[in-house]
Amino acid sequence: MKEFALIFRLTDISDFQPSPEQMQERMNWLGSIAARNQLVDKGNTLLPVPGSAKTVKPDNVVTDGPYTEIKEFISGYIVIKAATIEEAVVIAKENPIFKIGGSIEVREVLKRD
Amino acid sequence: MTAVLCRHFGLHHMDIAEDIASDTFLKASEHWALNGVPDNPTAWLYTVARNKAKDYFKRTAIFETKVRNEIIPESIENEGEFDYNGRIIADSQLAMIFAVCNPANPSESQICLALQILCGFSVEEIADAFLTKIETIRKRLQRGRKNLRNNSFQITTLNETDIRSRLPIVLRTLYLLFNEGYFSKTSSKQVRIELCSEAMRLTLLLTENTLTNTPQVNALLALMCFQSSRLDARTDIRGEAILFDEQDKSRWDQSLIQRGNYYLVNATDRQEVSKYHLEAGIAYWHTAPADDSKWTHILQLYNQLIVVEYSPITALNRVFAFAKVHGKDKAIVEAEKLGLEQNSYYHALLGYLYAQTAAAKSIAHYEQAIQLTKSPTEKRTWQKEITLLRQDKR
Repeated sequence: MKEFALIFRLTDISDFQPSPEQMQERMNWLGSIAARNQLVDKGNTLLPVPGSAKTVKPDNVVTDGPYTEIKEFISGYIVIKAATIEEAVVIAKENPIFKIGGSIEVREVLKRD
Repeated sequence: MTAVLCRHFGLHHMDIAEDIASDTFLKASEHWALNGVPDNPTAWLYTVARNKAKDYFKRTAIFETKVRNEIIPESIENEGEFDYNGRIIADSQLAMIFAVCNPANPSESQICLALQILCGFSVEEIADAFLTKIETIRKRLQRGRKNLRNNSFQITTLNETDIRSRLPIVLRTLYLLFNEGYFSKTSSKQVRIELCSEAMRLTLLLTENTLTNTPQVNALLALMCFQSSRLDARTDIRGEAILFDEQDKSRWDQSLIQRGNYYLVNATDRQEVSKYHLEAGIAYWHTAPADDSKWTHILQLYNQLIVVEYSPITALNRVFAFAKVHGKDKAIVEAEKLGLEQNSYYHALLGYLYAQTAAAKSIAHYEQAIQLTKSPTEKRTWQKEITLLRQDKR
């Protein structure tokens, strides 16, 4: 089994606070992965709001927010295990994030020892 | 009694403590039969036990000094403080739980030791509860005791750090002890009830000590209360399981449900949502009357529980709740992702989910479930479903 990070991206900051229904759908998806014993880390939410997000750049430049050049922002991540990246993609496709125009980046984890 | 004696003389002498305890009860049965039960039987028993213990250690001391020319064992110095009031007894039992739940032993040994030492079960009774050979249990206990001794474990006053670090193992042992009773493979209702009530008694003890009265302990006790409120309703006269939907809800024990609510409120802590909290929450919703939101709540709690800790049975229960919320067709898709083809409950669940739409598939799954289980009760329950499906010809 390999490990894959699923990185969630949203485009609209107003989607960041999910409705109770969206929350339930999301939990159903997470529960479904855990029920297959393929959840490695339930991950975390990354706050994109002012005061919680800054970007640090060369030459001592610090900007507010995570999204200066690109519109979309990372909202969170989880880590799953799967035999192949294709299987990880199948799992990612079941996520309800696509209903609100979000996206998921699937990346194999190479562990640093 | 064994626990009190061990506290004084150390776990090294556990066998002797047990001998003394059983000697004492033997003497009591002889003495009381002739002279009647004394005014204070507890005090009588402990006085006899104390004298027997003193005698034993005197003899040992003489033996040790004369033959081996060694010093008197240190533990004898403690005998002056011998005291059997209620507080010490409770503390001794508590200390004993923590001693028995020693990570030096695998979990099944821990439960066996707990049953024998703390609950006074005989080897035969333990073997019966586990549906295991007497010889296997005997060996398991011997190995367990040897490990405890090799670890030279002393029951001393509980210190806070030890309690904190061992409490999770203690809770898990009590949880398994309760489940052993609640989901026991034996059909003897008596054994089940005894296992459950022993687990509850010991957990209650933990809530009575300020150091161990944590949110998790309360959550576990709430879970046990909710579950055992249904203990009577979930088996019929022959000891066969009655499915949840078919249980006579008037036979649920309302006072236990209320106790459960009480402990669940005590367990509430914003910092901490343990698996016991989640399971207690699920058990709470099971006792609640059916309305639109009931199964949605249960499903959400199962989602959280499976994220906290994976177990095949949680995965299967989650799919059952999923079926109640999203319908059986979608639940079949969820179930078939689980990859639990070797699990009898997996096939029983699919049998249930297919029952209305595909009788043949349903029967096939129930047949596989019957093949995979060793429990005669489960075989009968599922055979009954097959017979019903065949009669229906849906």
